[in-house]
Amino acid sequence: MKLDLILRVTTKLLLPFILMFAFYVQFHGDFGPGGGFQAGAMVAAMVFLYSITYGLPAAQNAVPPGLAQMMIPVGVLIYTGVGVYAMFNGGQFLNYSVLTEDAPHAQALGILLVESGVLITVAGTFVSIFYVFAGRGR
Amino acid sequence: MNPEIISNLPALQVVIPLLGALVCALLRRGSAAWFLTMLICLIMPVISIYLLVSVLDSGPISYSMGGWAPPFGIEYKVDVFNAFILVLVSSIGAVVLPYARLSVASEIKPEDRSWFYAMFLLCLTGLLGITITGDAFNAFVFLETSSLSTYVLIAMGRDRRALLAAYQYLILGSIGATFYIIGVGIIYTLTGTLNFADLAARIPEIEQTRSILAAAAFIVVGISLKFALFPLHVWLPNAYAYAPSTVSAFLASTATKVALYLLIRFLFSIFGIEIVTDKLALTDILIILSLAAMLGASTVAIFQHDVKRLFAYSSVAQIGYITLGIALANQAGLTGSLVHIFNHAIIKGALFLAVGAVVYRIGSAEIDDFSGLGKKMPVTMGCLLIGGLGLIGVPGTAGFISKWYLAVGAIDAGYIWLVFLLVLSSLLALIYVGRIVEVVWFRDPGPNLDGVKEAPLSLLLPAAAMAAATIYFGIETSQSVGIAAQAVETLLGLAK
Amino acid sequence: MEFSKEIIANYNNWVTIFLMVSGLYIVVARGNMVKKLVGLSLFQTSVYLLYLSPGKILGGTPPIIAEGFTVYSNPLPHVLMLTAIVVGVATLSLGLALTVRINEEFGTIEEDEIFAKGDDQ
Repeated sequence: MKLDLILRVTTKLLLPFILMFAFYVQFHGDFGPGGGFQAGAMVAAMVFLYSITYGLPAAQNAVPPGLAQMMIPVGVLIYTGVGVYAMFNGGQFLNYSVLTEDAPHAQALGILLVESGVLITVAGTFVSIFYVFAGRGR
Repeated sequence: MNPEIISNLPALQVVIPLLGALVCALLRRGSAAWFLTMLICLIMPVISIYLLVSVLDSGPISYSMGGWAPPFGIEYKVDVFNAFILVLVSSIGAVVLPYARLSVASEIKPEDRSWFYAMFLLCLTGLLGITITGDAFNAFVFLETSSLSTYVLIAMGRDRRALLAAYQYLILGSIGATFYIIGVGIIYTLTGTLNFADLAARIPEIEQTRSILAAAAFIVVGISLKFALFPLHVWLPNAYAYAPSTVSAFLASTATKVALYLLIRFLFSIFGIEIVTDKLALTDILIILSLAAMLGASTVAIFQHDVKRLFAYSSVAQIGYITLGIALANQAGLTGSLVHIFNHAIIKGALFLAVGAVVYRIGSAEIDDFSGLGKKMPVTMGCLLIGGLGLIGVPGTAGFISKWYLAVGAIDAGYIWLVFLLVLSSLLALIYVGRIVEVVWFRDPGPNLDGVKEAPLSLLLPAAAMAAATIYFGIETSQSVGIAAQAVETLLGLAK
Repeated sequence: MEFSKEIIANYNNWVTIFLMVSGLYIVVARGNMVKKLVGLSLFQTSVYLLYLSPGKILGGTPPIIAEGFTVYSNPLPHVLMLTAIVVGVATLSLGLALTVRINEEFGTIEEDEIFAKGDDQ
């Protein structure tokens, strides 16, 4: 593959901003549109962009396929873990109010934890799907 | 037990297999994944039986997810009817899983085994979730959870045609689920609620509109695709025939049953019997389609060469019996349906487990390869025979009980001629079971059976357990029929 | 005149119905497995519109209580459809994965060519 200098440099410049915007969407999800799903898709998009300009092996070197696959169950485990933790603190499954002493604060904390699980799963799923299809060859 | 655990049992029923699926996906070794899955499949019946007993003692249990009270939050509602189905699904899981270890080891590649168990548990999560939830949209999510994992499980079959079967099922299953969600969407726009109990209270107000009929039609067609009502059954024979043996047995006894549960829930608990019988004329259509399934699919089953396919077509026919009871919509008929959901699950479980044991030994399910197998694998073939007798409905087997109630229901509804067609369909079952029996017991073993021994114990015991249950529930009916009758009373509103 | 007004007033439903029917038609009429999946996606997309368009109130704001706003849009359909979109994505990617595997095993993704090999029975 012929490597284009401008593309490579622009990609490298863009990557941190994409990641930063993903985290902005993640943490600002409490106050405006956003959340774990969108943020996870952006994190995955960052890996896609890197892989398109630098090639699949380079991307898989940075984010190994095994790690991406492991992220899928880990994210859901965080999600259900919060639910089960609430269950054993006297609430129902996923009842965030019992997570800490102060119920509104606990709701915010619960949403944040659950959304971080969503981010991990969504990013892992998208990257895994991309790797599997891209690695298939002709 | 700890009171926190007891009050959370309805959620744990779904959460435990979900957690198990996630851990299985992280485990790399198939044997460890099997062990974990086995453990979970043993816990599940304990929870569901505890729920059933407490529901029978003290009435329905309501559980609000996340502490949001219904109808705003998602409600898990356990009553006699769905506790009955929960016990069925979880017990089938517990019986099938010991069988899975050897069967999966012979059919699935080592690196895929932990994923297989993860998908199996995810499927179990979905099926239990559909049964326990009291929310129409939540039911859709679980429907898709179980369906998506089912497509993967089917595609793991050894034959390359398993891929085609999975693709075909994916297309039709997704269309079915989308039809269901369109129907739910129309109801939601009309009533503004998704909670089953709340829907049941609000639908009488809008009974006169045409939209509610459209919604009911979409929902019925969508769910019918999922449980393979006769003209919508094309995905089923290939899916069951090419799936791994464990999956065939598990799906045949649970997946279609849970979809039938959802149909009964919608028809009788939500729409109410007036809309179903008077406005939609659904009963007439269902009777015709059920008869077509009972007679048509049984006839097709007679001409099959592959025993798994034969039993798959027979499943389509048996689903016809269940929908016939739903269409009769009287007490005896509906009791017959519920009992047949239970009995057919046991019978088909025994049959598919026995066929799977044969596949494990001789690597083929072609009927010609079965010749003389009765002398080589007498116990496995004995289970096959008992299951076959159950399909025909011989007195003393579980199949007879449900057919008896269906016949009584038909007479109560004034359709005497239906009884003759029930007998005719049983005769067709006699032909296809008789064909297997002839090949298995009255022919000499072919050269392909040299050195074939009886199936190993871990394959034999589950099949024998199902066969024993077929006999047991054919003689001692107080549990199966008693609970089903109680469920029917609440469904038809006779309890008040 | 009355009739055409009614059609225009419910234009969102007409778009939904058009997408629904054309998606279903593609699934039924096309033999190419990828095209079938495209049709399936279109069919599922129509459901998003079916839920979302009645949920939007013209001039309504997000359902957060604030001074000066009295008209709120219904947030529930959006949440439901977010879930449905995830389900749709999962279905599509699983379908495409199966198509890739079928192409590797059979050498084609045209349904009639596969059935012509006599493999489906």
